[in-house]
Amino acid sequence: MSGHATRHWRNQKLSAIALVALGGWFLFSLLSLPDPGYASVRAWLSAPSQSVLMLLSGWCALWHSAQGVQVVVEDYVYGAMHGRVRTLSRFAHLAAAVAVAWSVWTIALGGAA
Amino acid sequence: MQAPAPAKAPPAPQIRPDRPLSPHLQVYRLALTTVMSGLHRITGLVLTLATPLLVAWLVAVACGADAYAAAGAFFGSWPMRIVLAGLIGVFWYHLFNGLRHLAWDAGYGFDIRAARASGAAVALLTVAAFAATLFLTPAWRWLWGAP
Repeated sequence: MSGHATRHWRNQKLSAIALVALGGWFLFSLLSLPDPGYASVRAWLSAPSQSVLMLLSGWCALWHSAQGVQVVVEDYVYGAMHGRVRTLSRFAHLAAAVAVAWSVWTIALGGAA
Repeated sequence: MQAPAPAKAPPAPQIRPDRPLSPHLQVYRLALTTVMSGLHRITGLVLTLATPLLVAWLVAVACGADAYAAAGAFFGSWPMRIVLAGLIGVFWYHLFNGLRHLAWDAGYGFDIRAARASGAAVALLTVAAFAATLFLTPAWRWLWGAP
């Protein structure tokens, strides 16, 4: 895919800026828990505001990761493998994003407990 | 009628063993800025490889107490404790050096003195944040405590 370099560059900056805040939030929130046990984590991530932040953090991290992998693949993977590796990376990141959404949704609704 | 835009992608670069490749790493003196630039990519890829851990943890929370206990046994194993501790340092490095990249993208800090100074600042901040996270938060207790 060509002609999207500027948009890719700008989106990578956007996801980076968002991740400074969201990554900091995640680490700070996790380490503020009394313990890393199931009840504590579940109570933390069940609050609606925390669900939204967890979803945004997960998606932003995966988006930024996909963008970064694309840049590395563009630099180092040539020929027929280039397209394959890029497609594989996209699908893997997309699958992870779906898993994050399902998890956050399930935790927020209090199911599977 | 307009001519259609060229649809063909540019040809993939050919590796020709009879010519030196550029940039030719061996001819450069290794500088702090060079090492830090490489480390930014390496830490970024390490964080990418760590995202399945985050996703697995989140899925385990969603799946319930039994699944979370199984995940806890995995994350609480000694190799994983060391990996998680290392990831904290990798996270801070990539975050601080990422801020440095954002400053460059905004047009600041391009001259060599500024680049060296910001590089040293990132190194110091990484060590400080890594140590603070490990020793001033429950991370120490979680990572080194009883399973």
